[in-house]
Amino acid sequence: MSQQSPERTHRESEKQREATETSLRQLGNLIYEQILNREFPWVMMQSRSTDNIIYDPELRQYILGGRTIRRHARNIRHIRPFTQLIWTAWFAKELVGQRKTSTLREVYYSARGQADIEFSGQQESDNIITDLEVALNRPREHFNIFPEERSAIFGDLTIEYTVPGYEGRRMNLTDHPDGVMIGPALTSSEFVDTSADKVLVIEKGAMFTRLVEERAHERFNAILIHTAGQSPRSTRAIIRRLNRNQGLPVYIFTDGDPWGIHIAMVIISGSANAAHLRGLATPEAKWIGVWASDILDYKLPTENLTDTDLKRLKELKIDPRYVGDVWQREIDVFLKIEKKAELEAFSRYGLTYIVDEYLPAKLEAG
Amino acid sequence: MRVEDNGTGLPHEQIPHSFCQVFYGSKYTLKQARGTFGLGGTITILYGQITTHKPVTIISSTGGDIHEYEMMIDIEHNMPIILRHNVSGNKKGWRGTVVELQMEGDYSRIKRRLLDYLKQTAMVNPYADITFIDPAGRLYRFERGTEKMPPLPQAVKPHPHGIDVENFRRLVVITKERNMKSFLMEHFQGIGSVTAENFLKAAGLSSKLKPKTLQPDDIVKLVRAAKEFNGFKRPDPGCLSPIGEELLETGVLKELNLTEKDFLKVVTRKPSTYLGFPFIVETAIAYGPSVSKQFKSGTTIIRFANRIPLLFDESSGVVWKVINKNINWSTYKVMTDTPLVIAVHVCSTKIPYKTVGKEYMADQPEVEKEITNAIRTAARSLRIFISRSIRVARERRRLNIFGKFLPKIAEFSTKLSEKEELPDIDPLLRAVSASIPDVEEKLKDVPTITGENS
Repeated sequence: MSQQSPERTHRESEKQREATETSLRQLGNLIYEQILNREFPWVMMQSRSTDNIIYDPELRQYILGGRTIRRHARNIRHIRPFTQLIWTAWFAKELVGQRKTSTLREVYYSARGQADIEFSGQQESDNIITDLEVALNRPREHFNIFPEERSAIFGDLTIEYTVPGYEGRRMNLTDHPDGVMIGPALTSSEFVDTSADKVLVIEKGAMFTRLVEERAHERFNAILIHTAGQSPRSTRAIIRRLNRNQGLPVYIFTDGDPWGIHIAMVIISGSANAAHLRGLATPEAKWIGVWASDILDYKLPTENLTDTDLKRLKELKIDPRYVGDVWQREIDVFLKIEKKAELEAFSRYGLTYIVDEYLPAKLEAG
Repeated sequence: MRVEDNGTGLPHEQIPHSFCQVFYGSKYTLKQARGTFGLGGTITILYGQITTHKPVTIISSTGGDIHEYEMMIDIEHNMPIILRHNVSGNKKGWRGTVVELQMEGDYSRIKRRLLDYLKQTAMVNPYADITFIDPAGRLYRFERGTEKMPPLPQAVKPHPHGIDVENFRRLVVITKERNMKSFLMEHFQGIGSVTAENFLKAAGLSSKLKPKTLQPDDIVKLVRAAKEFNGFKRPDPGCLSPIGEELLETGVLKELNLTEKDFLKVVTRKPSTYLGFPFIVETAIAYGPSVSKQFKSGTTIIRFANRIPLLFDESSGVVWKVINKNINWSTYKVMTDTPLVIAVHVCSTKIPYKTVGKEYMADQPEVEKEITNAIRTAARSLRIFISRSIRVARERRRLNIFGKFLPKIAEFSTKLSEKEELPDIDPLLRAVSASIPDVEEKLKDVPTITGENS
């Protein structure tokens, strides 16, 4: 890939920042004008109710349908969330204007003490933030609001920061052996250069650490990403960027159970909760294990599937995202053998077996 | 115990028998009165005597000399024993009666009932000024709320449906009439010559028969025949003295400390009759913040018979039955825990007491029906009041919500759009509150004072 100049990266992130500020200001203008016109203010947005969440087979992700709703301050049931929406927009504009970042939890706490706006729980404030995303058609990261950080990245990728105080500063992601946390600074950074030719996404921290220790990034020439369970949106955005912009194929490696499968699927096709957003899914990513058939082929130590596991598998079987031979075949095998295996199961063949034997075989096949 | 009033006083020659002889006095006419047989006062003196063996002192004046008697009761012969009789001048023109006696009792046990009794008495006698100093020396005042008094009841002759054998016998003893026809016309109400003849024919007696010759069996037959005969006029209600809506309202307002935020509806029904006795039912329903403050949730029942509070056996009485069995309160938007005071007054020449102790009134069908109708009439106004209060409260809550959030929306949209001046939200607030004065105006129209009979 070609190197980008520091000036240009800076200009691009500035552009997004300004566009976000403008759209927030426009929202303010709209409401301000409505009040001046003696009109009860309202905002039109796409409905997020389940009957308006549709799977788009072409985009291979959930999208919102055509139904819109009007959040109206004339409605006694809408006026509180409406007020919270305006407050959240103002809070976001302060963040963007001051080049500060915040977390979902911080937004919830910032409203504490704001009489009549205060959220009854973080669920409510998260929901209002999602409303703002839908209303302005922007992910919350544009508003500098991030989830709690828990996933990490490691590998030969040079990035350039755009956050205040670090503008232009560069870093290689092999510099720190625990991996680099995927936080606001990394999310907003520019990817400058990489020698890797693939991305390996791992569900669990212990396996991520093992792969770093075994120098898997060098052996497979890969960037390693640790999702820590279901991947946060910023992590999914990074995976997509590496796939789309850097052209790196993505391989996902999870526990061999219905929850592991779904971690892979959300990276590939997105979640219903984020149906209003684009740029999070990586349809070309591949789930390479642990498959149900791996449990048989590698004679892995197993546990029995619980009733909850079985119920979940049956839900996945009819989920529109699970089309395709591999998914249906593996779900069927799971249902047949009623067993599951964790990533750590490979340890029965020695600590390095997974790097020496299993992964090369799977990557080759993938 | 010393009781003093500023009433008419008693003619002094009647004092010994009135106070110290049981069943003194015969009534040949009827009117609404607190007592029936002249039993209560004498029994109290008797009780004092048998528990302390102390005499009673009576002081009374009708405006002239003041007479003071010290007496005891000759229990064996039912006669007064006069121990002392003083007569003194009355320069100040005092009028009234004082009774002073000693008796055994447990004040602490009865204190609450006693105060209830006085409070409720003050409620139905709002023109009376009552002062009570209890054994502990504590002073209780129940001040009058009006100078107006209801008209005194007129004495009327008994109605033939309502006469009993004993009273009939007494009439036979005192009558000067020579034949049955004139006897009936003279001593009973609503009997003219035609009615008298018709009745005697139905009873199988000659109109020429001399009353003095009636045998006890004849009297019993006549009284029974009278009850079955339908040709008499309805009993005359002129002998009744209802409190009236105005005075009852004054009394309830003052004793329940109601304010203009509370609801009070008073209903006085038209006279009705049962078994030959006229009666009138009056009721008052009180509801609102003052009631919620003073009373437990649910309905508090206050009962009166001829202006006497009934304090005992509430759940056996007809009023309890009407309120808890006959009336579906949800129709009137009253929940089981809605604090409510319902006062019911029945006045009659004969209150349908269930027991000799006069604790409560029986569910005599005509009386029960009248009480039910009276309470329903008052409850209809209550329903209007409650549903309007609910509407006003809802409108207020709505306005509150808009009043809370619209300024915030204005504030943050101003900040968000980087404007200087806050947009004016008054037109929006006016739009949501437009309906409120309207509702409040309607609320004022709810009659909380008087109600016509229906």
